[in-house]
Amino acid sequence: MGVGTAQVEKRSTILVSWICIAVTKQNDLSKEIQDRVRQAAAARTALRIRGGDTKAFYGRTTTGEKLDVSGHRDIVSYEPTELVITARAGTPLDEVEAALAEKGQVLPFEPPHFGKAATLGGAVACGLSGPSRPYSGAVRDLVLGVVCVNGRGERLSFGGQVMKNVAGYDVSRLMVGAMGTLGVLLEVSLKVLPRPATTVTLALATDADQAITTMNAWAAQPLPISATCHDGELLRVRLAGAEQGVTAARQKLGGEEVPDGDTFWAELREHRLPLLSEAATLWRLSVPAAAPASAAEGTWLLDWGGAQRWFASELPADTIQQQAIALGGHATLFRGGDRTGEVFHPLAPPIATLHRRLKQAFDPDGILNPGRMYREW
Amino acid sequence: MTHADAATVAKTDKPSLVSALRAFLPREAVLHHDDELRPYECDGLSAYRAVPLMVVLPETTDQVQRILRLCSERKIPVVARGAGTGLSGGALPLPDGILLSLAKFSRILEIDRVNRTARVQPGVRNLAISQAVASDGLYYAPDPTSQIACSIGGNVAENSGGIHCLKYGLTVHNILRLEVITMDGERATIGADALDSPGYDLLALMTGSEGMLGVIVEVTVKLLPQPETAQLVMAAFDDIEKAGDAVARIIGAGIIPAALEMMDNPAIRAAEEFVHANYPVDAAAILLCELDGTAGEVAEQIQQVEKVLKERGAGEIRKARDEQERIIFWSGRKAAFPAVGRISPDYYCMDGTIPRQRLAEVLKKTAELSEKYKLRVANVFHAGDGNLHPLILYDANNPGELKRAEELGGQILELCVAVGGTITGEHGVGIEKINQMCVQFDEHELTQFHAVKSAFDPDGLLNPGKAVPTLRRCAEFGAMHVHGGKLPHPDIPRF
Ligand SMILES: Cc1cc2nc3c(=O)[nH]c(=O)nc-3n(C[C@H](O)[C@H](O)[C@H](O)COP(=O)(O)OP(=O)(O)OC[C@H]3O[C@@H](n4cnc5c(N)ncnc54)[C@H](O)[C@@H]3O)c2cc1C
Repeated sequence: MGVGTAQVEKRSTILVSWICIAVTKQNDLSKEIQDRVRQAAAARTALRIRGGDTKAFYGRTTTGEKLDVSGHRDIVSYEPTELVITARAGTPLDEVEAALAEKGQVLPFEPPHFGKAATLGGAVACGLSGPSRPYSGAVRDLVLGVVCVNGRGERLSFGGQVMKNVAGYDVSRLMVGAMGTLGVLLEVSLKVLPRPATTVTLALATDADQAITTMNAWAAQPLPISATCHDGELLRVRLAGAEQGVTAARQKLGGEEVPDGDTFWAELREHRLPLLSEAATLWRLSVPAAAPASAAEGTWLLDWGGAQRWFASELPADTIQQQAIALGGHATLFRGGDRTGEVFHPLAPPIATLHRRLKQAFDPDGILNPGRMYREW
Repeated sequence: MTHADAATVAKTDKPSLVSALRAFLPREAVLHHDDELRPYECDGLSAYRAVPLMVVLPETTDQVQRILRLCSERKIPVVARGAGTGLSGGALPLPDGILLSLAKFSRILEIDRVNRTARVQPGVRNLAISQAVASDGLYYAPDPTSQIACSIGGNVAENSGGIHCLKYGLTVHNILRLEVITMDGERATIGADALDSPGYDLLALMTGSEGMLGVIVEVTVKLLPQPETAQLVMAAFDDIEKAGDAVARIIGAGIIPAALEMMDNPAIRAAEEFVHANYPVDAAAILLCELDGTAGEVAEQIQQVEKVLKERGAGEIRKARDEQERIIFWSGRKAAFPAVGRISPDYYCMDGTIPRQRLAEVLKKTAELSEKYKLRVANVFHAGDGNLHPLILYDANNPGELKRAEELGGQILELCVAVGGTITGEHGVGIEKINQMCVQFDEHELTQFHAVKSAFDPDGLLNPGKAVPTLRRCAEFGAMHVHGGKLPHPDIPRF
């Protein structure tokens, strides 16, 4: 009986049928992963955690022995009426989404895949969310629980599979976007939602300033909007929900209907729009939605109703970070540029101290993806 | 009742502390006479009481920083308090510690209508935020039943929910930024005015941390547009199992109601006697299902819901005819706690959360436990997200009854864990459910929690003894085996 099974019995958190366990047991590598981490901790060997390797471009370049978790896969439990899916971290995102689609449900945060091999664990560890983020939540908003291995090689379970849970600190959400520096994710439980009955995409020709004003004015009204973006020329908006609500909103907003709207949002999410895919150096600015448009030199694409701004520019990092601060947010060197320097926005001193101490609390030997997030740890 | 896990602190020199505090606080902001301290001896869980060494009522961030710095130097524990409506004893004072009340932090600092955010002080009441922005067509979504009284700082500390969080999320989904003072007096900005901030998600970590990691001195919340319209359906069932099944079916049909609440017969009767909400008093259970959105959306979904309810065997189905009737239907649910308070000298509110599909089973077992312990239980709860609130009725004046109520409560919580749920959905662990934490988490997980606490508060002075039990306590409770007296990682401080 593996460690996993003992835990299941103790807390009965995983309510799968006996048959389900039998089917998925062969892809359960939690014991092996745990052993690897334990050995690495004893030898103080740095580990480089790898899922589908589709987001290796993101974060800092690191060395370390490869810890491949892509074999630790399969959906552990999925009950559509509970709106919850639990899967092992190495499960391909495609597989998760296909299982949900079969029951008419979706991952509400529309995770970017950036490649066929993308895994659930990688998506959660990178903490990236797609176009629907301001309207239906980020990956951190939908995570209900995780099972992970900390830097001591201990298997830990936080949160669970229920919608509301305030027992203990919210370590599950802390893991989201931590880029594997606090723990190796083994299993994730996510809240899922029904796929909207209808979606329609509309486009309006306008400049960036006007687009920002319009997107924010819409957001202050009860409209069934699920995505908005401006590419320099066109403001696109996606309406999603019950048929009648979408129809009424469509009349209200005006604009032209985009025939293949779903494809456009998928291209945006996957960075296949030329504006994003052809950028040598791509920055991501996260700012208050209504922050004014910037005149800084480069190409801008506004997503998330104005709250996420993609910026293709060769300006120095410092200039771009100052620009982000001036707008009330922060900047990330998302793709390209020097990946051995800092790529994430500098942390304020008291926050940096808390980060160092938290890293120490989860991974005292500094073996989990050291330097992937910030150079120092 | 006091608790045993409090950090052991050297006997404090009270007069010297009073004068040190008065050096930067006005006289009336430092309370230390017994009669001034009494009102602070408990929060909403009145079975647990302790008189604090002192109460301080700062009104500026600078004062909070100086208080915490002073307490850090002198190793005096501090418990933060908002409105004191907490139901798990989170704000229970320590006899040798300072109770830091945020009551004077009661100003709304800024409303940004364009970005749809409000920056408020932690002592601002939950409902006051929605009231301040109502004329702009906006509101703050999480709506705990206690919203006229509870503070936004307390909401963040507990990650509070409300009847509408099925669709709109909990506190953690509706806040952007916090200004926090850590125990050493440092000020930190956690989160941002943007949707995310660099580094770890400290905003999520702070939310629901029960005043153990830092004192919140400012909160920036998100504001949502008020829905165009809301419609409420009430359905009566002659069998609680059918009602539970209907809940799963509504959600299975792809509908996310704004709220989906259930009350069982004892709760229906108590509420009906109290506020005359026009509830069917013979029903085994009622469901209150609210849909909101545009008029078209609501009309479409209400039909679907009515169809499901009928198919699942609902007897009477009533749609609120107008806004007034909608408010009347809700009034019974919202007054359920005080209504139960009228039919029993004391009641004890539980807060377990379970997977929805186990609803009927858990309610049945709860009824059996109620028989066994010879104490009545009324159920009123957030059915849509499986968050139960069994109310255990007892009389504290009858010797032994409180103890029996606590035992029954503990059994219900352990039942929730056994079916894959949790001991607390929204009220927090506090001091009340600290033993059940030993059932939900193993020693490594608890040790990890203590390590998180240490990262923020190395000396363990902020709200010590709450939320996360020591391993020793768990060993005594009998839920954890400590081999040969050896605990894992003796290097990590435990509080
Ligand atoms: C009748 C009734 C109905 C209720 N209904 C609900 C409900 O529907 N949903 C729900 O979730 N809860 C409900 N509650 C519980 C309670 O109202 C909430 O937990 C609320 O958030 C507590 O807020 P408070 O200001 O009263 O906090 P307090 O009780 O004063 O404190 C609660 C915790 O927060 C900490 N704290 C308070 N302020 C700060 C601060 N500024 N910085 C750091 N820590 C702080 C305290 O140390 C303590 O641990 C109900 C309570 C009652 C009495």
